Amino acid sequence: MGQQEREKKKSKDKTEKQAEANPEVVEKGKKIKEDIDELLDKIDDVLEENAEEFVKNYVQKGGE
Amino acid sequence: MPNKLIIGTETEFGIMSRKIDGYDPVTSSLFTINHLRPFSALRILWDYENEDPLVDARGFVVDGEKERPTQDENLNLNKPLENGGRLYVDGAHPEYSTPECTNPRDVVIYEKAGEALMHLCLENANRLRKEEEKIFLYKNNTDGKGNSYGYHENYLMLRATQFEKIVQSLTPFLVTRQIFAGSGKVGTDNKADPAAFQISQRADFFETLIDLNTMAKRPIINTRDEPHADPKQFRRLHIIVGDANMAELSTYLKVGTTALILQMIDNEHFITGLELDNPLQAIKAISRDLTLKKGIKLANGKEYTPVEIQRAYLEEAYKYFGSMERDPVAFEIMDHWQEILNRLEKNPNELSRKIDWLIKYDLINNYREKKGFDWDNPKLAMMDLQYHDLNPEKGFYYTLLKDGYIDTMVSPGLVLLAKDSPPRDTRAYFRGMCIKKFPKEVYATSWSSVLFDIGNFTIKRVPLLHPLKGTEALVGNVFNRSETAEDLLRNLAA
Repeated sequence: MGQQEREKKKSKDKTEKQAEANPEVVEKGKKIKEDIDELLDKIDDVLEENAEEFVKNYVQKGGE
Repeated sequence: MPNKLIIGTETEFGIMSRKIDGYDPVTSSLFTINHLRPFSALRILWDYENEDPLVDARGFVVDGEKERPTQDENLNLNKPLENGGRLYVDGAHPEYSTPECTNPRDVVIYEKAGEALMHLCLENANRLRKEEEKIFLYKNNTDGKGNSYGYHENYLMLRATQFEKIVQSLTPFLVTRQIFAGSGKVGTDNKADPAAFQISQRADFFETLIDLNTMAKRPIINTRDEPHADPKQFRRLHIIVGDANMAELSTYLKVGTTALILQMIDNEHFITGLELDNPLQAIKAISRDLTLKKGIKLANGKEYTPVEIQRAYLEEAYKYFGSMERDPVAFEIMDHWQEILNRLEKNPNELSRKIDWLIKYDLINNYREKKGFDWDNPKLAMMDLQYHDLNPEKGFYYTLLKDGYIDTMVSPGLVLLAKDSPPRDTRAYFRGMCIKKFPKEVYATSWSSVLFDIGNFTIKRVPLLHPLKGTEALVGNVFNRSETAEDLLRNLAA
């Protein structure tokens, strides 16, 4: 949790700084790229830690 | 003819916990649905009287045992809901059915309300569980190991419509609609041909064109003929070929476009000339072509792309609904349909905020490229699964939504309301209001009945054989005038 909050704060700081540096004109492509980077960093925070084992153990009975 | 659409969906959720020893999916499913507080304190049975899943739409009855649980089992398995829907356990999965709705927006609202109710169950159920034993729920359709669980759509149709006509007009549509209704999948299943990423969760599982079965050798067209309404007037078309969707636009288009086609068929506006050479092969081939550019062979030898086939249906729909008195619901569906087909044809990536398989593909592929992973990296399969996680802190659909990466269609307020309020324009209104207003006196409910126990030794049964009766317009006043369940029964009889 602590790490997640730190990450959140860090990314917030980042966007604020960027807003200062480029008050209005942020190149669209660059912005999208940064958004994606920020998003991808978040995935690692949320993604189940033992992905391989978790996926292996996810066995369902057929339904319907 | 029904002048309104009647649509409802059923979703079976995947379920697991980290701890495998001693974990049992049936027990966990029951534990989950029995934690819908405060609602699960109510004891309302499910009335199986009118249910007959063994009747075949082609006109015969199949041998088999009907399910009839004991009273205690029944109470444990079924939670009829104040919103007119039903929460229950089917086999080894928790399942949610929406109430009957008259339009695809309401279906989206009630599916989202169902996700919220399941999340409520999850929070209550997990409160006292150890970390390792906490339950996870997924709104998806496959475990990636050859086991699938369903997402079923139900559409009310006219009994007089010939089943063969439905099969002929509908099959090419069902095979191709995955291009906007697929939930996306990493890898393949059920010994099907290899693929890194697929459009559909379910395509690998279809092995026949038409059958009554839903669990093995799954058919593209399911023939279960159990109308939950007057069987002389109606049939209920049970469509099992679809994926469960997280994205609102995918759900909206999936049920909306299908309902339009079925309305046309019911009114003898058949769609011909699009019959596929091999629907079973086509459904898997389309799922594997992320470019959407490969042609599919038709029975007449021509080749069309899936977008072109969908466009042909859309043109028929504009022709048909354009010739009638303007129906705003139909036009809203067709306009969304057209816009999405245009984008799928020109630049599918533009839809990576709107429809499931493209949201998922964009997320996973960007991550994969950044990390330099191959498609068989287990982290990517985990991302696929976790996209469907019903816990809003973990599920990637919900975290993307929260961070502003996804476009929605319905207001959160309406979803909140739909957790415990029925739609007003179908018989679900009567069912839901009875449960809401007289929880102690309602003895049992089903799709086509509400049974009352008002303490005088006989159970009173109110039949709901017409899905468009029991609406607020027809019975709202009766509820207003009835202080007690006894009043209600007397006022209904008067």
